Amino acid sequence: MTTPIVTTNNTMAKNSAATPLRSKPKQLPFPLNLYQTAVGKKWVMAVTGLMLVGFVFAHMVGNLKLYLGVVTHHGERIYDADVYAEFLRNLLVPIFPETVFLWILRLGLLAAVVLHIHSAYALTRMNINSNDRYESKRDWLAANFASRTMRYSGTIVLFYILFHIADLTLGLIPGYDWHHGAVQSNVVGSLSNPIVAAFYLVANVLLTVHIFHGIYSMFRSLGLNNPAFDKIRQGAAAGISGLILLGNVSFPIAVLTGVVDYDVCAEGVTASEENSCVIEESHDAA
Amino acid sequence: MSQTLNLTLKIWRQEGPNAKGSFESYQANNIPDDASFLEMLDIVNESLIENNQVPIEFPHDCREGICGTCGVMINGRAHGQEIGTATCQLHMRKFNDGDTIVIEPWRAAAFPVVKDLVVDRSPLDKIVEAGGYITAPTGSAPDANEMPIPKDVAESSMDAAACIGCGACVAACPNSAGQLFTSAKLWHLNSLPQGQAERYKRTEEMVETMEQYFGSCTNHGECKEACPKEISLDFIAEMNKDYMKSKVKNRKKAGQK
Repeated sequence: MTTPIVTTNNTMAKNSAATPLRSKPKQLPFPLNLYQTAVGKKWVMAVTGLMLVGFVFAHMVGNLKLYLGVVTHHGERIYDADVYAEFLRNLLVPIFPETVFLWILRLGLLAAVVLHIHSAYALTRMNINSNDRYESKRDWLAANFASRTMRYSGTIVLFYILFHIADLTLGLIPGYDWHHGAVQSNVVGSLSNPIVAAFYLVANVLLTVHIFHGIYSMFRSLGLNNPAFDKIRQGAAAGISGLILLGNVSFPIAVLTGVVDYDVCAEGVTASEENSCVIEESHDAA
Repeated sequence: MSQTLNLTLKIWRQEGPNAKGSFESYQANNIPDDASFLEMLDIVNESLIENNQVPIEFPHDCREGICGTCGVMINGRAHGQEIGTATCQLHMRKFNDGDTIVIEPWRAAAFPVVKDLVVDRSPLDKIVEAGGYITAPTGSAPDANEMPIPKDVAESSMDAAACIGCGACVAACPNSAGQLFTSAKLWHLNSLPQGQAERYKRTEEMVETMEQYFGSCTNHGECKEACPKEISLDFIAEMNKDYMKSKVKNRKKAGQK
């Protein structure tokens, strides 16, 4: 390979390319040494991402209970979503005390979120540091909206999750009457506000975009990909994220259109007493 | 029938590594459409020399798409708009009369501009030096077919070995990542019996050297589109798998530590 003749008297760049941008870190003991490298961080990101996608999917399926309305549970008329919430608090109850297993799951998710965000942050810094911007306009061939907006969609989704927890789990957002464990009433109360509903819609679309590229990427990051997967990978990513989108986006729309509502009279009374709830008739679910 | 083109070129000019560069406009008239892209630049340079101007430095060598020396960004795409084609194999018949062509050098923090369109790609050599070889035993030449290699394996290895190391993958990547190059160099050897003895040591060394210079993969897939040899993205998955194994395996037992 001949080097082109350089007709200049300038000396080589001070930051000659032979000088690395960053030095090799001192190896920590296994498995921490994996996390010191970008390939290892991508692996952590894929595993935590898979956990979080699994959670989001299960969460969406759980929320479908909102459509089931009131059921008779242990002889009591109660919203099925509230029954489901009670079931989650009682997960593995004879083995663990109440809510303990739920907290184990929550801590696992929290650890996944923290690692997912930290690896994303560290890799983004590395990428910005490695990059030198083009002065002319780039023409993207393969990079799509999802892949190029991961850091932005991820950040917005983070704020959405924080709002969502403050809103429905902790009841810190004013605007409706929040009660612990009253899932149906809380969801309807919160999403009846069109601004909140619009925020949920936008955030869930971004969450889907994020999940789409995440599912598409994770097989390669984990080294599981091969030509057989290539054919179905994009379809699988679109299918799973599409299902999540369909479910999650339906909830605010269902509340705003009244498909999912909360009627205080329907609850708490046995079927025979249902007609006696007349005083509350004027109560508006919104 | 050969036709001629009149083009407007916007070319990145930079006197030296530490000089400030900028785009300069050039008129390229009467370019035959069967000229290659580099021949078009040659014609422009001839007229520059005739007018006592400094010719444009651009990287080139074999001009038949196999050496990996050439490579510039053409209208925002590495090696231009033709898929699976190096700059030297891009022909002017792919352009239209009156086109404006923007030509910029590869950009990556690890690829500093040497002059005009020439960048220093020696970090790619550093990655190969870190493990892109097999330690061959000396002695008499082995008999033919002594080491059976299934045809599929040989082909997969050859697909990876097709990498000419031009750096288009790094140039096209929004993160300036060198994953496609490194994984091709790894799979070339890691898929063959001859490469097994040093497989995990090689993977560890080459990946960690790569990460000293380049960014990380975010699975856009731009590298594969830019690659003149259409190296498969699946090699990146194999690299990730082997890197994980290099850390998890008990390599003391395997004699690779």
